[in-house]
Amino acid sequence: MTTAAALEITNLRKRYGQKVAVDDLSLRVNEGEIFGILGPNGAGKTTTVECAEGLRRPDGGTVRVFGVDPFADRAAARQMVGAQLQESQLQDKITVAEAIELYASFYERHADTEVLIARLGLDEKRNARFRKLSGGQKQRLSIALALVGNPRLVVFDELTTGLDPAARRESWKLVEELRADGVTVLLVTHYADEAERLCDRVALIQAGRVAACGRPEELIAASSASQIRASHATLDDAIVALTTGEA
Amino acid sequence: MTAVIAEPVRPRQQGGRSAFGNLVRTEAKLLVREVVPLLWGIGFPMVLLAIMGVFSHGADKSLGGFSLVGSYVPVLIGFTMATFALQGLPIVLAGYRERGILRRLNATPVGAGRLLGAQLTVNSTIMLLATAGILVVGYAAFGVALPKQPVGFLLTVLLTAAAMLTLGLVVASLASTGRVAGAVGTMLFLPLVFFAGLWIPRSLMPAGLLRISDYTPLGASVAALQHTMTGQWPSASGLAILAGYAVVFGAVSWRFFRWE
Repeated sequence: MTTAAALEITNLRKRYGQKVAVDDLSLRVNEGEIFGILGPNGAGKTTTVECAEGLRRPDGGTVRVFGVDPFADRAAARQMVGAQLQESQLQDKITVAEAIELYASFYERHADTEVLIARLGLDEKRNARFRKLSGGQKQRLSIALALVGNPRLVVFDELTTGLDPAARRESWKLVEELRADGVTVLLVTHYADEAERLCDRVALIQAGRVAACGRPEELIAASSASQIRASHATLDDAIVALTTGEA
Repeated sequence: MTAVIAEPVRPRQQGGRSAFGNLVRTEAKLLVREVVPLLWGIGFPMVLLAIMGVFSHGADKSLGGFSLVGSYVPVLIGFTMATFALQGLPIVLAGYRERGILRRLNATPVGAGRLLGAQLTVNSTIMLLATAGILVVGYAAFGVALPKQPVGFLLTVLLTAAAMLTLGLVVASLASTGRVAGAVGTMLFLPLVFFAGLWIPRSLMPAGLLRISDYTPLGASVAALQHTMTGQWPSASGLAILAGYAVVFGAVSWRFFRWE
Protein backbone atom coordinates (compact mmCIF):
# COMPACT_ATOMS: atom_id res chain seq x y z
CA MET A 1 0.00 0.00 0.00
CA THR A 2 1.32 3.41 -0.90
CA THR A 3 -0.77 5.59 1.41
CA ALA A 4 0.96 7.13 4.37
CA ALA A 5 0.38 5.67 7.83
CA ALA A 6 -1.65 7.79 10.23
CA LEU A 7 -0.86 5.36 12.99
CA GLU A 8 1.68 2.59 13.04
CA ILE A 9 1.89 0.28 16.03
CA THR A 10 4.60 -2.34 16.01
CA ASN A 11 4.97 -5.16 18.53
CA LEU A 12 3.24 -3.18 21.25
CA ARG A 13 3.35 -4.63 24.76
CA LYS A 14 1.74 -3.24 27.88
CA ARG A 15 1.11 -4.87 31.22
CA TYR A 16 -0.44 -3.65 34.44
CA GLY A 17 1.32 -5.45 37.26
CA GLN A 18 0.97 -9.14 36.44
CA LYS A 19 -1.83 -8.64 33.97
CA VAL A 20 -0.82 -8.47 30.32
CA ALA A 21 -3.13 -6.01 28.58
CA VAL A 22 -1.46 -5.85 25.19
CA ASP A 23 0.80 -8.63 23.98
CA ASP A 24 2.83 -8.07 20.82
CA LEU A 25 0.21 -6.13 18.91
CA SER A 26 0.90 -4.59 15.53
CA LEU A 27 -1.42 -2.62 13.30
CA ARG A 28 -1.33 0.14 10.75
CA VAL A 29 -3.99 2.74 10.13
CA ASN A 30 -3.77 4.41 6.73
CA GLU A 31 -4.28 8.10 6.34
CA GLY A 32 -7.87 8.96 5.44
CA GLU A 33 -9.53 5.70 6.43
CA ILE A 34 -11.99 4.80 9.14
CA PHE A 35 -10.34 2.03 11.07
CA GLY A 36 -12.28 -0.01 13.61
CA ILE A 37 -10.92 -1.78 16.67
CA LEU A 38 -13.27 -4.49 17.81
CA GLY A 39 -13.05 -7.16 20.45
CA PRO A 40 -14.43 -8.43 23.73
CA ASN A 41 -14.16 -6.53 26.99
CA GLY A 42 -10.67 -6.59 28.41
CA ALA A 43 -9.09 -7.51 25.07
CA GLY A 44 -6.78 -4.51 25.19
CA LYS A 45 -8.62 -2.15 22.85
CA THR A 46 -8.57 0.88 25.11
CA THR A 47 -4.99 0.29 26.25
CA THR A 48 -3.93 0.16 22.60
CA VAL A 49 -5.52 3.48 21.71
CA GLU A 50 -4.29 5.06 24.94
CA CYS A 51 -0.76 4.23 23.85
CA ALA A 52 -1.53 5.90 20.51
CA GLU A 53 -2.86 8.98 22.32
CA GLY A 54 0.29 9.09 24.44
CA LEU A 55 -1.65 8.51 27.65
CA ARG A 56 0.20 5.29 28.39
CA ARG A 57 3.83 4.48 27.92
CA PRO A 58 4.31 1.14 26.14
CA ASP A 59 6.42 -1.49 27.89
CA GLY A 60 7.71 -2.58 24.49
CA GLY A 61 7.29 -1.94 20.80
CA THR A 62 6.85 1.34 18.98
CA VAL A 63 3.96 3.70 18.33
CA ARG A 64 4.12 6.33 15.61
CA VAL A 65 1.45 8.90 14.82
CA PHE A 66 2.17 10.33 11.37
CA GLY A 67 5.74 9.24 12.04
CA VAL A 68 5.92 10.97 15.43
CA ASP A 69 6.57 9.16 18.72
CA PRO A 70 3.82 10.38 21.11
CA PHE A 71 6.25 10.19 24.04
CA ALA A 72 9.41 11.58 22.52
CA ASP A 73 7.56 14.43 20.85
CA ARG A 74 4.56 14.84 23.05
CA ALA A 75 3.33 18.24 21.94
CA ALA A 76 3.68 17.57 18.21
CA ALA A 77 1.79 14.28 18.41
CA ARG A 78 -1.05 15.79 20.44
CA GLN A 79 -1.47 18.64 17.98
CA MET A 80 -2.40 16.00 15.41
CA VAL A 81 -4.56 13.67 17.48
CA GLY A 82 -8.04 14.39 18.80
CA ALA A 83 -9.27 12.09 21.52
CA GLN A 84 -12.71 11.22 22.78
CA LEU A 85 -12.03 9.19 25.89
CA GLN A 86 -14.23 6.63 27.53
CA GLU A 87 -15.88 7.91 30.72
CA SER A 88 -14.13 11.22 30.78
CA GLN A 89 -16.03 14.15 32.24
CA LEU A 90 -15.58 17.88 32.60
CA GLN A 91 -15.88 20.29 35.49
CA ASP A 92 -19.49 20.42 36.76
CA LYS A 93 -19.91 24.14 36.29
CA ILE A 94 -18.06 24.77 33.06
CA THR A 95 -20.36 25.78 30.20
CA VAL A 96 -20.36 24.18 26.76
CA ALA A 97 -18.97 27.27 25.06
CA GLU A 98 -16.31 27.81 27.75
CA ALA A 99 -15.08 24.24 27.42
CA ILE A 100 -14.85 24.43 23.64
CA GLU A 101 -13.12 27.83 23.68
CA LEU A 102 -10.70 26.64 26.35
CA TYR A 103 -9.74 23.50 24.47
CA ALA A 104 -9.45 25.47 21.22
CA SER A 105 -6.77 27.62 22.85
CA PHE A 106 -4.62 24.52 23.39
CA TYR A 107 -4.06 24.00 19.69
CA GLU A 108 -1.93 25.87 17.16
CA ARG A 109 -4.54 25.67 14.44
CA HIS A 110 -7.93 25.11 15.93
CA ALA A 111 -11.31 24.72 14.29
CA ASP A 112 -13.84 27.54 14.22
CA THR A 113 -15.56 26.98 17.53
CA GLU A 114 -18.86 28.49 16.35
CA VAL A 115 -19.01 26.16 13.35
CA LEU A 116 -18.26 23.23 15.63
CA ILE A 117 -20.90 24.19 18.18
CA ALA A 118 -23.51 24.50 15.44
CA ARG A 119 -22.45 21.32 13.68
CA LEU A 120 -22.80 19.28 16.87
CA GLY A 121 -26.18 20.78 17.67
CA LEU A 122 -24.95 22.41 20.86
CA ASP A 123 -26.05 25.94 20.03
CA GLU A 124 -29.01 25.97 22.39
CA LYS A 125 -26.87 24.51 25.15
CA ARG A 126 -23.87 26.78 24.69
CA ASN A 127 -24.37 28.45 28.08
CA ALA A 128 -25.52 25.32 29.88
CA ARG A 129 -23.23 23.89 32.52
CA PHE A 130 -21.76 20.44 32.01
CA ARG A 131 -23.64 18.97 34.97
CA LYS A 132 -26.98 19.96 33.43
CA LEU A 133 -26.37 18.26 30.08
CA SER A 134 -28.01 14.99 29.10
CA GLY A 135 -25.89 11.95 28.34
CA GLY A 136 -26.20 12.55 24.61
CA GLN A 137 -25.26 16.22 24.95
CA LYS A 138 -22.22 15.35 27.05
CA GLN A 139 -21.21 12.89 24.39
CA ARG A 140 -21.57 15.52 21.66
CA LEU A 141 -19.49 17.94 23.69
CA SER A 142 -16.76 15.36 24.11
CA ILE A 143 -16.82 14.83 20.33
CA ALA A 144 -16.53 18.59 19.85
CA LEU A 145 -13.48 18.67 22.14
CA ALA A 146 -11.93 15.82 20.16
CA LEU A 147 -12.37 17.81 16.95
CA VAL A 148 -11.62 21.35 18.11
CA GLY A 149 -7.87 21.02 17.55
CA ASN A 150 -8.44 20.31 13.86
CA PRO A 151 -6.83 16.88 14.23
CA ARG A 152 -5.52 14.67 11.44
CA LEU A 153 -6.39 11.57 13.44
CA VAL A 154 -9.42 11.28 15.71
CA VAL A 155 -9.76 8.47 18.21
CA PHE A 156 -13.29 7.65 19.31
CA ASP A 157 -13.45 5.22 22.21
CA GLU A 158 -16.98 3.86 22.42
CA LEU A 159 -18.44 6.73 20.47
CA THR A 160 -22.03 5.52 20.52
CA THR A 161 -22.23 3.58 23.79
CA GLY A 162 -25.32 4.75 25.66
CA LEU A 163 -26.76 6.76 22.77
CA ASP A 164 -30.28 6.28 21.45
CA PRO A 165 -30.68 4.99 17.87
CA ALA A 166 -31.23 8.42 16.34
CA ALA A 167 -28.16 9.85 18.09
CA ARG A 168 -26.14 6.82 16.98
CA ARG A 169 -27.06 7.45 13.33
CA GLU A 170 -26.17 11.09 13.74
CA SER A 171 -22.74 10.13 15.11
CA TRP A 172 -22.18 7.75 12.22
CA LYS A 173 -22.98 10.51 9.75
CA LEU A 174 -20.44 12.72 11.49
CA VAL A 175 -17.74 10.05 11.25
CA GLU A 176 -18.38 9.68 7.53
CA GLU A 177 -18.18 13.44 7.08
CA LEU A 178 -14.86 13.46 8.87
CA ARG A 179 -13.51 10.93 6.44
CA ALA A 180 -14.79 13.06 3.57
CA ASP A 181 -12.86 15.95 5.12
CA GLY A 182 -9.73 13.80 4.96
CA VAL A 183 -9.53 13.08 8.68
CA THR A 184 -8.41 9.63 9.72
CA VAL A 185 -10.73 8.02 12.25
CA LEU A 186 -9.88 5.30 14.73
CA LEU A 187 -13.07 3.84 16.14
CA VAL A 188 -13.06 1.59 19.19
CA THR A 189 -16.39 -0.16 19.46
CA HIS A 190 -18.33 -3.09 20.81
CA TYR A 191 -20.82 -2.93 18.01
CA ALA A 192 -20.13 -5.02 14.93
CA ASP A 193 -22.97 -3.41 13.00
CA GLU A 194 -21.37 -0.01 13.57
CA ALA A 195 -17.98 -1.23 12.40
CA GLU A 196 -19.45 -3.06 9.43
CA ARG A 197 -21.30 0.01 8.32
CA LEU A 198 -18.60 2.62 8.90
CA CYS A 199 -15.15 1.10 8.80
CA ASP A 200 -12.93 0.69 5.79
CA ARG A 201 -10.94 -1.85 7.75
CA VAL A 202 -11.21 -3.39 11.18
CA ALA A 203 -8.82 -5.12 13.54
CA LEU A 204 -10.25 -7.75 15.78
CA ILE A 205 -8.37 -7.75 19.06
CA GLN A 206 -8.40 -10.65 21.42
CA ALA A 207 -6.26 -11.19 24.51
CA GLY A 208 -3.99 -8.30 23.59
CA ARG A 209 -3.29 -9.45 20.04
CA VAL A 210 -4.73 -8.81 16.62
CA ALA A 211 -6.81 -11.92 15.89
CA ALA A 212 -7.82 -10.72 12.44
CA CYS A 213 -7.50 -7.58 10.38
CA GLY A 214 -9.02 -6.55 7.08
CA ARG A 215 -12.05 -5.12 5.37
CA PRO A 216 -15.30 -6.13 7.09
CA GLU A 217 -16.40 -8.25 4.14
CA GLU A 218 -13.05 -10.03 4.09
CA LEU A 219 -13.43 -10.97 7.73
CA ILE A 220 -16.95 -12.20 7.11
CA ALA A 221 -15.80 -14.25 4.14
CA ALA A 222 -12.85 -15.68 6.03
CA SER A 223 -14.89 -16.72 9.01
CA SER A 224 -17.74 -18.19 7.02
CA ALA A 225 -15.60 -20.12 4.53
CA SER A 226 -16.34 -23.27 6.44
CA GLN A 227 -19.91 -22.33 7.25
CA ILE A 228 -23.10 -23.02 5.36
CA ARG A 229 -25.04 -19.77 5.80
CA ALA A 230 -22.31 -17.65 4.29
CA SER A 231 -24.65 -15.38 2.36
CA HIS A 232 -26.34 -14.10 5.50
CA ALA A 233 -23.29 -13.85 7.69
CA THR A 234 -22.60 -10.48 9.30
CA LEU A 235 -19.51 -9.06 10.92
CA ASP A 236 -21.11 -9.98 14.22
CA ASP A 237 -21.06 -13.66 13.22
CA ALA A 238 -17.49 -13.29 12.01
CA ILE A 239 -16.37 -11.83 15.33
CA VAL A 240 -17.95 -14.62 17.31
CA ALA A 241 -16.43 -17.19 14.96
CA LEU A 242 -12.99 -15.62 15.02
CA THR A 243 -12.80 -14.95 18.73
CA THR A 244 -14.47 -18.04 20.16
CA GLY A 245 -14.13 -20.59 17.40
CA GLU A 246 -17.91 -21.13 17.50
CA ALA A 247 -20.29 -20.87 14.57
CA MET B 1 -21.44 18.13 2.28
CA THR B 2 -20.90 19.88 5.57
CA ALA B 3 -17.30 20.17 6.48
CA VAL B 4 -17.18 19.34 10.16
CA ILE B 5 -13.91 20.93 11.05
CA ALA B 6 -11.93 21.54 7.87
CA GLU B 7 -12.92 25.15 7.19
CA PRO B 8 -12.38 27.73 8.37
CA VAL B 9 -9.46 26.96 10.58
CA ARG B 10 -8.13 29.75 12.74
CA PRO B 11 -4.46 29.98 13.45
CA ARG B 12 -3.93 30.83 17.09
CA GLN B 13 -3.80 34.58 17.33
CA GLN B 14 -0.59 36.25 18.25
CA GLY B 15 -1.03 38.25 21.41
CA GLY B 16 -4.17 36.29 22.24
CA ARG B 17 -4.51 34.60 25.56
CA SER B 18 -2.19 31.68 26.10
CA ALA B 19 -3.51 28.23 26.94
CA PHE B 20 -2.29 28.71 30.51
CA GLY B 21 -3.96 32.11 30.76
CA ASN B 22 -7.22 30.55 29.60
CA LEU B 23 -6.90 27.74 32.12
CA VAL B 24 -6.35 30.25 34.92
CA ARG B 25 -9.31 32.32 33.79
CA THR B 26 -11.57 29.26 33.54
CA GLU B 27 -10.53 27.86 36.91
CA ALA B 28 -11.06 31.29 38.48
CA LYS B 29 -14.59 31.44 37.06
CA LEU B 30 -15.30 27.94 38.32
CA LEU B 31 -14.01 28.83 41.79
CA VAL B 32 -16.25 31.88 41.95
CA ARG B 33 -19.24 29.75 40.91
CA GLU B 34 -18.80 27.64 44.05
CA VAL B 35 -20.52 29.85 46.55
CA VAL B 36 -20.08 27.74 49.69
CA PRO B 37 -16.26 27.65 49.73
CA LEU B 38 -16.17 31.40 49.17
CA LEU B 39 -18.55 32.05 52.06
CA TRP B 40 -16.50 29.74 54.24
CA GLY B 41 -13.09 30.94 53.14
CA ILE B 42 -13.75 34.68 52.97
CA GLY B 43 -17.17 35.38 54.47
CA PHE B 44 -16.60 33.46 57.70
CA PRO B 45 -13.27 35.16 58.59
CA MET B 46 -14.89 38.52 57.87
CA VAL B 47 -17.78 37.72 60.22
CA LEU B 48 -15.31 36.62 62.92
CA LEU B 49 -13.32 39.79 62.36
CA ALA B 50 -16.47 41.87 62.82
CA ILE B 51 -17.44 40.03 66.00
CA MET B 52 -13.96 40.43 67.49
CA GLY B 53 -14.01 44.06 66.42
CA VAL B 54 -17.24 44.73 68.25
CA PHE B 55 -15.98 43.15 71.48
CA SER B 56 -12.50 44.60 71.22
CA HIS B 57 -11.52 47.17 73.88
CA GLY B 58 -8.07 48.44 73.01
CA ALA B 59 -4.69 46.90 73.74
CA ASP B 60 -4.70 44.00 76.19
CA LYS B 61 -1.61 42.83 78.07
CA SER B 62 -2.85 39.23 78.19
CA LEU B 63 -3.01 39.28 74.38
CA GLY B 64 0.61 40.33 74.05
CA GLY B 65 -0.28 43.99 73.81
CA PHE B 66 -2.67 43.52 70.89
CA SER B 67 -6.33 44.42 70.93
CA LEU B 68 -8.67 41.43 70.70
CA VAL B 69 -9.39 42.12 67.04
CA GLY B 70 -5.73 42.87 66.34
CA SER B 71 -4.64 39.56 67.85
CA TYR B 72 -7.08 37.74 65.59
CA VAL B 73 -6.02 39.30 62.29
CA PRO B 74 -3.07 36.89 61.78
CA VAL B 75 -5.20 33.95 62.95
CA LEU B 76 -7.90 34.77 60.43
CA ILE B 77 -5.30 35.07 57.68
CA GLY B 78 -4.18 31.56 58.59
CA PHE B 79 -7.80 30.44 58.64
CA THR B 80 -8.57 31.71 55.15
CA MET B 81 -5.39 30.14 53.77
CA ALA B 82 -6.15 26.80 55.40
CA THR B 83 -9.67 26.86 53.99
CA PHE B 84 -8.62 27.31 50.38
CA ALA B 85 -5.55 25.07 50.63
CA LEU B 86 -7.09 22.18 52.56
CA GLN B 87 -10.78 22.30 51.77
CA GLY B 88 -10.78 23.82 48.29
CA LEU B 89 -7.72 22.69 46.36
CA PRO B 90 -7.54 18.98 47.31
CA ILE B 91 -11.24 18.34 46.75
CA VAL B 92 -11.09 19.98 43.35
CA LEU B 93 -7.92 18.23 42.22
CA ALA B 94 -8.85 14.77 43.52
CA GLY B 95 -12.27 15.24 41.92
CA TYR B 96 -10.67 16.22 38.60
CA ARG B 97 -8.57 13.09 38.73
CA GLU B 98 -11.49 10.89 39.76
CA ARG B 99 -13.62 12.19 36.90
CA GLY B 100 -10.99 11.86 34.19
CA ILE B 101 -10.52 15.61 33.70
CA LEU B 102 -6.75 15.39 34.25
CA ARG B 103 -6.54 12.42 31.90
CA ARG B 104 -8.49 14.28 29.25
CA LEU B 105 -6.10 17.23 29.49
CA ASN B 106 -3.13 14.92 29.19
CA ALA B 107 -4.47 13.95 25.78
CA THR B 108 -4.11 17.58 24.63
CA PRO B 109 -0.87 19.43 23.83
CA VAL B 110 -1.25 21.38 27.06
CA GLY B 111 -1.24 18.58 29.60
CA ALA B 112 -2.69 18.37 33.08
CA GLY B 113 0.43 19.86 34.70
CA ARG B 114 -0.71 23.23 33.45
CA LEU B 115 -4.11 22.72 35.12
CA LEU B 116 -2.32 22.02 38.38
CA GLY B 117 -0.42 25.28 37.87
CA ALA B 118 -3.68 27.12 37.15
CA GLN B 119 -5.27 25.77 40.33
CA LEU B 120 -2.27 26.87 42.40
CA THR B 121 -2.32 30.30 40.76
CA VAL B 122 -6.02 30.82 41.35
CA ASN B 123 -5.91 29.62 44.96
CA SER B 124 -2.84 31.63 45.89
CA THR B 125 -4.39 34.72 44.30
CA ILE B 126 -7.60 34.37 46.26
CA MET B 127 -5.59 33.78 49.45
CA LEU B 128 -3.70 37.02 48.88
CA LEU B 129 -6.90 38.90 48.11
CA ALA B 130 -8.56 37.54 51.25
CA THR B 131 -5.48 38.49 53.28
CA ALA B 132 -5.58 42.01 51.89
CA GLY B 133 -9.31 42.13 52.62
CA ILE B 134 -8.79 41.15 56.26
CA LEU B 135 -6.09 43.80 56.67
CA VAL B 136 -8.15 46.52 55.02
CA VAL B 137 -11.37 45.77 56.90
CA GLY B 138 -9.47 45.39 60.16
CA TYR B 139 -7.80 48.75 59.59
CA ALA B 140 -10.75 50.69 58.21
CA ALA B 141 -13.50 49.32 60.44
CA PHE B 142 -11.71 48.46 63.66
CA GLY B 143 -8.53 50.48 63.65
CA VAL B 144 -6.12 47.54 63.52
CA ALA B 145 -2.78 49.02 62.45
CA LEU B 146 -1.40 47.73 59.15
CA PRO B 147 1.78 45.62 59.43
CA LYS B 148 4.67 47.88 60.37
CA GLN B 149 7.14 45.52 58.72
CA PRO B 150 5.38 45.05 55.34
CA VAL B 151 8.22 43.18 53.62
CA GLY B 152 8.47 40.64 56.42
CA PHE B 153 4.71 40.40 56.44
CA LEU B 154 4.51 39.68 52.72
CA LEU B 155 7.36 37.16 52.95
CA THR B 156 5.58 35.35 55.78
CA VAL B 157 2.28 35.35 53.89
CA LEU B 158 3.94 33.89 50.79
CA LEU B 159 5.74 31.19 52.76
CA THR B 160 2.53 30.33 54.60
CA ALA B 161 0.66 30.09 51.30
CA ALA B 162 3.40 27.83 49.92
CA ALA B 163 3.35 25.54 52.98
CA MET B 164 -0.44 25.28 53.00
CA LEU B 165 -0.87 24.79 49.25
CA THR B 166 1.77 22.09 49.11
CA LEU B 167 0.06 20.39 52.06
CA GLY B 168 -3.17 20.58 50.02
CA LEU B 169 -1.31 18.92 47.13
CA VAL B 170 -0.18 16.14 49.47
CA VAL B 171 -3.83 15.52 50.39
CA ALA B 172 -4.82 15.58 46.71
CA SER B 173 -2.00 13.14 45.92
CA LEU B 174 -2.87 10.59 48.57
CA ALA B 175 -6.67 10.76 48.53
CA SER B 176 -8.38 8.46 46.04
CA THR B 177 -11.51 10.58 45.54
CA GLY B 178 -12.73 14.13 46.06
CA ARG B 179 -14.82 12.94 48.99
CA VAL B 180 -11.83 11.36 50.75
CA ALA B 181 -9.78 14.48 50.05
CA GLY B 182 -12.47 16.59 51.70
CA ALA B 183 -12.52 14.41 54.80
CA VAL B 184 -8.72 14.34 55.12
CA GLY B 185 -8.51 18.07 54.48
CA THR B 186 -10.95 18.78 57.30
CA MET B 187 -9.08 16.46 59.66
CA LEU B 188 -5.93 18.50 59.03
CA PHE B 189 -7.72 21.83 58.98
CA LEU B 190 -9.11 21.66 62.52
CA PRO B 191 -5.85 20.99 64.44
CA LEU B 192 -3.96 23.47 62.26
CA VAL B 193 -6.36 26.34 62.97
CA PHE B 194 -6.48 25.28 66.62
CA PHE B 195 -2.71 25.70 66.91
CA ALA B 196 -2.98 28.96 64.99
CA GLY B 197 -4.99 30.18 67.97
CA LEU B 198 -8.52 30.23 66.60
CA TRP B 199 -10.03 29.04 69.90
CA ILE B 200 -7.31 29.92 72.37
CA PRO B 201 -5.05 32.82 71.35
CA ARG B 202 -1.39 31.81 71.33
CA SER B 203 -0.62 34.32 74.06
CA LEU B 204 -3.00 32.44 76.37
CA MET B 205 -1.80 28.95 75.47
CA PRO B 206 -0.03 26.97 78.20
CA ALA B 207 3.73 26.71 77.57
CA GLY B 208 3.58 23.11 76.31
CA LEU B 209 0.82 23.86 73.84
CA LEU B 210 2.58 27.00 72.65
CA ARG B 211 5.74 24.98 72.04
CA ILE B 212 3.79 22.61 69.79
CA SER B 213 2.06 25.53 68.11
CA ASP B 214 5.46 27.06 67.27
CA TYR B 215 6.26 24.02 65.15
CA THR B 216 2.96 23.77 63.27
CA PRO B 217 2.66 25.64 59.96
CA LEU B 218 -0.04 28.04 61.09
CA GLY B 219 1.35 28.47 64.60
CA ALA B 220 4.70 29.48 63.14
CA SER B 221 2.90 31.69 60.65
CA VAL B 222 0.80 33.52 63.25
CA ALA B 223 3.89 34.11 65.43
CA ALA B 224 5.78 35.54 62.46
CA LEU B 225 2.83 37.67 61.32
CA GLN B 226 2.41 39.12 64.81
CA HIS B 227 6.06 40.14 64.80
CA THR B 228 5.61 41.97 61.52
CA MET B 229 2.43 43.66 62.77
CA THR B 230 4.48 45.36 65.47
CA GLY B 231 7.31 46.23 63.11
CA GLN B 232 9.72 43.42 63.95
CA TRP B 233 11.29 41.12 61.41
CA PRO B 234 9.91 37.57 61.85
CA SER B 235 12.22 35.13 63.59
CA ALA B 236 14.50 33.16 61.28
CA SER B 237 13.40 29.91 62.88
CA GLY B 238 9.74 30.68 62.18
CA LEU B 239 10.43 31.43 58.52
CA ALA B 240 12.63 28.35 58.27
CA ILE B 241 9.83 26.17 59.67
CA LEU B 242 7.41 27.49 57.05
CA ALA B 243 9.92 27.08 54.24
CA GLY B 244 10.78 23.59 55.49
CA TYR B 245 7.15 22.52 55.40
CA ALA B 246 6.77 23.88 51.87
CA VAL B 247 9.84 21.93 50.69
CA VAL B 248 8.84 18.67 52.38
CA PHE B 249 5.18 18.82 51.32
CA GLY B 250 6.20 19.85 47.83
CA ALA B 251 8.56 16.89 47.54
CA VAL B 252 5.98 14.41 48.90
CA SER B 253 3.29 15.60 46.50
CA TRP B 254 5.77 15.61 43.61
CA ARG B 255 6.59 12.00 44.43
CA PHE B 256 3.05 10.73 44.93
CA PHE B 257 0.82 12.82 42.69
CA ARG B 258 -1.04 10.69 40.15
CA TRP B 259 -2.84 11.90 37.06
CA GLU B 260 -5.34 9.07 37.04
